[in-house]
Amino acid sequence: MKDRLNQIMDNIGLPRLIIASLLVLFCAAAVLVKLPVSMVASDVLVRFGMNAVLVLALIPAIKAGTGLNLALPLGIMCGLVGAVVAIENKYSGLSSFLFALAVSIPLAIVIGYLYGLVLNKIKGQEMIVGTYVGFSIVSGMCIFWLLAPFKNPEMVWAYGGTGLRNTILLHSSFDKILNGFLSFNLGQIMVPTGLLLFLALLSFAVWLFGKTRSGLAMQTAGSNPRFAQSCGISIEKMRILGTVLSTVIACIGILAYSQSYGFLQLYQGPLMMAFPAAAAILIGGATPRKATITHVIVGTFLFQSLLVVAPPVINVIVEGSFSEIFRGIISNGVILYALTTVSRRGE
Amino acid sequence: MAHDSLLELLNICKEYYGNQVLKNVSLSVHKGEIHGLVGENGAGKSTLMNILFGMPVIHQTGGYEGKIFLEEKPVYFQNPAQAMESGIGMVHQEFMLIPGFNVAENIKLNRERTRANWASKVFGQKLKTIDTQKNRQDARKALDRLGMSFDETAPVGGLPVGYMQFIEVAREIDKENTRVVVFDEPTAVLTESEAEKFLLIAQKLAGEGMGVLFISHRLDEITQICDRITVLRDGEVVASLKRHEATVEKIAELMVGRKVSRIAAETKITTVKKPVLELHNLFVEMPGERVRDLSIDVLQGEILGIGGLAGHGKIGIANGIMGMSPARGAVLKDGKSLPLGDTMLMLKEGMAFVSEDRRGVGLLWDESIEQNIVAAAIQSQNKFLKKILPFIALEDRATIKQHTLKMIEELDIRCLGPHQPVRRLSGGNQQKVCIARAITLLPDILFVSEPTRGIDIGAKRIVLELLLKLNRELGVTIVMISSELAELRSICDRIAIIYQGRLEGILAPTAADLEFGLMMAGEYEHREATQA
Repeated sequence: MKDRLNQIMDNIGLPRLIIASLLVLFCAAAVLVKLPVSMVASDVLVRFGMNAVLVLALIPAIKAGTGLNLALPLGIMCGLVGAVVAIENKYSGLSSFLFALAVSIPLAIVIGYLYGLVLNKIKGQEMIVGTYVGFSIVSGMCIFWLLAPFKNPEMVWAYGGTGLRNTILLHSSFDKILNGFLSFNLGQIMVPTGLLLFLALLSFAVWLFGKTRSGLAMQTAGSNPRFAQSCGISIEKMRILGTVLSTVIACIGILAYSQSYGFLQLYQGPLMMAFPAAAAILIGGATPRKATITHVIVGTFLFQSLLVVAPPVINVIVEGSFSEIFRGIISNGVILYALTTVSRRGE
Repeated sequence: MAHDSLLELLNICKEYYGNQVLKNVSLSVHKGEIHGLVGENGAGKSTLMNILFGMPVIHQTGGYEGKIFLEEKPVYFQNPAQAMESGIGMVHQEFMLIPGFNVAENIKLNRERTRANWASKVFGQKLKTIDTQKNRQDARKALDRLGMSFDETAPVGGLPVGYMQFIEVAREIDKENTRVVVFDEPTAVLTESEAEKFLLIAQKLAGEGMGVLFISHRLDEITQICDRITVLRDGEVVASLKRHEATVEKIAELMVGRKVSRIAAETKITTVKKPVLELHNLFVEMPGERVRDLSIDVLQGEILGIGGLAGHGKIGIANGIMGMSPARGAVLKDGKSLPLGDTMLMLKEGMAFVSEDRRGVGLLWDESIEQNIVAAAIQSQNKFLKKILPFIALEDRATIKQHTLKMIEELDIRCLGPHQPVRRLSGGNQQKVCIARAITLLPDILFVSEPTRGIDIGAKRIVLELLLKLNRELGVTIVMISSELAELRSICDRIAIIYQGRLEGILAPTAADLEFGLMMAGEYEHREATQA
């Protein structure tokens, strides 16, 4: 009996268990403080959909054996560049979204390839290097946002007329382009059908890729490089492939995220974006060496639900804005936990 | 003679997890004597030394039986430090020196002569000043005793390898109470002239009244300097010889002699066969198993055994050809020259490899049996894929499952089904999965490296029979590399012995123990030359 309990515990995993119990606790409390259920549910659906693609971006990197891709901001930057170019050229609606994708994906492929080359030089240090590559690119791009010759008055600072604004409204371009597609109300709950379909489509593509020869080669390279070598697989190439895919999905992810949010966040906005994504997939039960689509779905759902439910409940008890602190504690805590287990599993 | 016995081991027995590795081993070292200890890899020499020095690995695995006497007083060492304090010195095979320190500092390491100062008076012993002058004098004295003229203030890092061995010896004899010195293959890394010098030193130390326990694979050295020789085989003392009784041939025969049970009914007649794989001047840079200028032909349809002592390069051969370690030289398959270092090409050319490192290279530890078996075939031969769209082919679950079930049945892999992770299987069954993975590629030539390492006796026989069946029924040419001579002799048609990265010679499996022993010790060519 005790063994079986232990096994069940092992299967669920400590982070997932803690977060799930917290969620149950806060949901009960939410009912007590009479939070409107329909509003919470709509919020959960939207936030789940908009964040899940960014979480999905972590999968190829984990499978290729480069660990949690904490350099997600690289892909995010590509997506943002695509978006501002689309707005600059005055595209609107669906065409602006597609144009942004068309500009940013080739860019992400190039950037991902270059970053992959870097990762091949620093095997074993991917996560720490990735963190600082992420930080550096965010700072580096601040210069670009300031100096790039964009002219569209919607985006440049109102005074002075040069440099892009901190946040750019997407009203005229692709605001809610996915969320709005085929969306309907279920009672008082708004279902963002397009967003969820988009996520499902990408997840399916990632899953399908995992079943192809290249996908299998990538996974083999990730789970045992020496074995892969003996199968004639080039480990370096597979690591680059994983990094490119991760970067491309991150770039698609930020566009999905922004259209739902309604704004582009430039400058310091993307600085910390990799961490909640990493936390979500870990809560879902992934490790820095093994991850599946299920981990993405379950993890993002649990993590985002908690972030929706907890702050209003806590604000009833404590004065002041608690949500940022709460997010920080959970995401950093979970990543820390995962990093401590890496070395243990590595033995 | 018992009155001048320095060190005596009496009826030492040791088990590792139910595996008896030492059985009633007794030996003694007298004052002023050089005692030789010889045996194949795995004969139990290292375990015996670990016991003598009280290494933690011994205590963690349940200790040992038997008694050790040092100058007729029973001793039981809990750790190596105790052994050293009691006067047993050890010169290691790998050097334990700090490159950035100079010779004197290395010799006196952790035993430095010190002077008191005000800080040590207040805060204790640890803060005493090191007396560099005295340390140098001590080191000089030790080096002079060895007849070494080099500067004691030179940093160790830049010295030739041979010198490092002498510094290790100097360190041991500098310890005032050292009465017994153990040399563990001290000449393995030395040049011929250095080795000669080393032997003189060993004799000099014995002449000063120390006891020397000398472990070596070089049988000529052993017969040259040892007063008595103990031969270990399979954890037992098979002979204790006095110097005048010992010859290189006799020792070699005693070392490898083992009842050989041949599994294959007959050896194939290979005179008319043509070479299917030719190796010319192969060099492989595999750490610890370097191949240096090896040339050999593998004949069509044979089982070629490759043997030799550990560290002489036999493992490097297959790893080099299959692109797992950097290699150069010429490899010709069916007369066609193949570039080295390209694993994919070798797989496509019909060669497969079962690695000696099952866990590190041979298996995807956490993945299913299924995935382990088909991974290489999917990558190198595009098998087990099915097209769903013009450009997209997915793994074909149905044929994968079918193939895996067939393999499980044919190789008798004991498991809960094709989805069981391989880490849950026993060693023997894991090895069968590795072989299944290789034969899924339908190779013409199969390299098998240490196929029975770490698996139990019953499973060993099954694996060997399986290899034999592959060869005799499916016509696969097999190159089997193994440290266990008996196993090579049980199924191979020819056995090549590798010595120091080169081919020493090729023997029939029925050749005499003596010839194998000589070849493994690198004495064969030498002997042939003197007889001719």
